Amino acid sequence: MSTATTSAPVTAPSAGAPAPARPRRRLLDRLLKVYVWLILAWLFLPIAVMIIFGFNDTKSKSNVTWQGFTFKWWGMLDQDPKLIEAVVNSLEIAVLATVITTVIGTLMGLAMGRYRFRGLGTVNLVLFAAIASPELVMGSSLLSLFVSAGVQPGFVTVVIAHVLFSLSFVAITVRARVVGLDPSIEEAARDLGASTWVTFWRVTFPMILPGVISGALLAFALSIDDFVITQFTSGALQTFPLWIWGATRIGVPPQVNILGTLIFAVGVVIAVVNMVTARRRT
Amino acid sequence: MTETQADVEAVAPAASGPPPVPAIELDGVVKEYLAHGEVVQAVKGVTLTIAEGEFFSLLGPSGCGKTTTMRMIAGFEDPSRGTVRLHGQDVTDVPPNKRDVNMVFQSYALFPHMNVWENVAFGLRRKKVPDAEIKRRVGEMLEIVDLGGREKRRPREMSGGQQQRVALARALVNRPRALLLDEPLGALDLKLRQAMQIELKRIQREVGITFVYVTHDQSEALTMSDRIAVMNDGLVEQLASPREIYERPATAFVAGFIGTSNLISGTVDRVEDGCAVLRLGDDGRVLTEEGAHRAGDTIAVTVRPEKVMISTDEPAAGLSAVRGTVAEVVYLGLYNSYAVRLPGGTEVTVFQQNALDSTSTAERGDAVWLSWRPQHSYVIGS
Repeated sequence: MSTATTSAPVTAPSAGAPAPARPRRRLLDRLLKVYVWLILAWLFLPIAVMIIFGFNDTKSKSNVTWQGFTFKWWGMLDQDPKLIEAVVNSLEIAVLATVITTVIGTLMGLAMGRYRFRGLGTVNLVLFAAIASPELVMGSSLLSLFVSAGVQPGFVTVVIAHVLFSLSFVAITVRARVVGLDPSIEEAARDLGASTWVTFWRVTFPMILPGVISGALLAFALSIDDFVITQFTSGALQTFPLWIWGATRIGVPPQVNILGTLIFAVGVVIAVVNMVTARRRT
Repeated sequence: MTETQADVEAVAPAASGPPPVPAIELDGVVKEYLAHGEVVQAVKGVTLTIAEGEFFSLLGPSGCGKTTTMRMIAGFEDPSRGTVRLHGQDVTDVPPNKRDVNMVFQSYALFPHMNVWENVAFGLRRKKVPDAEIKRRVGEMLEIVDLGGREKRRPREMSGGQQQRVALARALVNRPRALLLDEPLGALDLKLRQAMQIELKRIQREVGITFVYVTHDQSEALTMSDRIAVMNDGLVEQLASPREIYERPATAFVAGFIGTSNLISGTVDRVEDGCAVLRLGDDGRVLTEEGAHRAGDTIAVTVRPEKVMISTDEPAAGLSAVRGTVAEVVYLGLYNSYAVRLPGGTEVTVFQQNALDSTSTAERGDAVWLSWRPQHSYVIGS
């Protein structure tokens, strides 16, 4: 630090000249670091609170004040069968919706990235509308749609609704990947004797896979914690977010924090694996 | 399948007897597109024959239809009319994966998610070649293109020149009947491009496969090709050896596109000793041995700048001789380039080699004589 100042020219220009650039930059670098850490803290603080309160030795029904450390809730995870059922429902819906969304969304992304066709503009508009429209609007309209069509709200309607609102995200991430592809790579595969089917699975799909994976992860994340639309379309079905909402009226038990922690941990693992393999792939 | 191919290759060079089947035949091939409701012809009727083992170039400016022509040979474009034959077999409706030709793309089009070895083995795997043979052939091919020991590299970890060689190996390892190359050296810098030109020619001799080479670079085509088809506006303007294309351009376009050339037109004054004589100005004359012309015909001739001699004395009889004024002298090291203005206003470019005995004689503004032999005046088709 000090060497930087001494190395500045001795015959510095007249007083009032700007300070040497290097110490100033170092200060900015530090401020930038502080700023970054603040942002990270802001993002992670709620998650940290959720994890910590899973270990809270709370005596009352509500889990809002710290009363000491305990592992006991981890042992009592399966204490409430309704909670477990809600989590299982949420996982089933999320997995199913993700699979359906990823398949349809990937095909849409491929078509939209590759071909100019009649109705492309309309499809783009509809995709954007699906992202931009408020969940309340979508949820209530879906409910009236299902009711007027005579469909009983439940598991199937929730899956349909979740596919609907996450489809755009998959289609858009896959399209971005497809647009970036050099079309002659697929031609090269054809030229080397691969049928269209083999070309897709050996060449096209591996190249768009990163987009497909990010789309699928987004779809899963959107589905597992969706509340508003699910509330409208679930009927008597309980999902994890719906159960928590119901429980807040009498107090959220620490098991909710633990399940949240577990879901978060799985998400982190998937994200890390995806990052590492993506780095190896490209 | 692969064995019979190998047999054909071994026999081909020594073939004598029945006339050999050409590797590639295009017969009246037309490609039309519909653009904004209008029919656009990218290729307006190309008929040509490429012999087995030939290094054949399609040369022309961008948009002349050369790449479309090649893509019709590969099967990526369906001709609107006409026939494509590979080794005598009509393949016009055969998809690219069933055609026994391979292509090297301008962008290389390597598979980014596979390493070098997997890239090169891709074609052989599609043909269900036994693993042991794939291993042997890929290894051999990587040696030929000088990439031994880099099998595990990913394409993005390699330089442009290396990627180029991977693309070449990936195509050649299949022992195609013909290799199609679409401006394969376009993305390389000049030094590397020149090295790769020689390298390509060597590899072509080594493997003995027919090469069809698309380029807009005339020097590249002249350096490597056995024959060149010069294309312009969807048509072949001239199809001949590099020497003939340079020395005897058939059309004004070819003369202008390949190297530098001078175009002089005039009316035939008389025919004597088999030479048509054009009169130019008061005392200028252009002699040409070509064609049967009668007095009164208006014709255009081209002459290459290096064939023209520049002097202050009146040239001997029997040579073309025109008077002019030196408008510009450019020293280019190897030679001097003169721009000489003729009385009619036409400018003629003259290259004079910078040999030991030739000092720059003419200066700007000098009145000079230009002269050249009758056999260097080529009559251009209308």
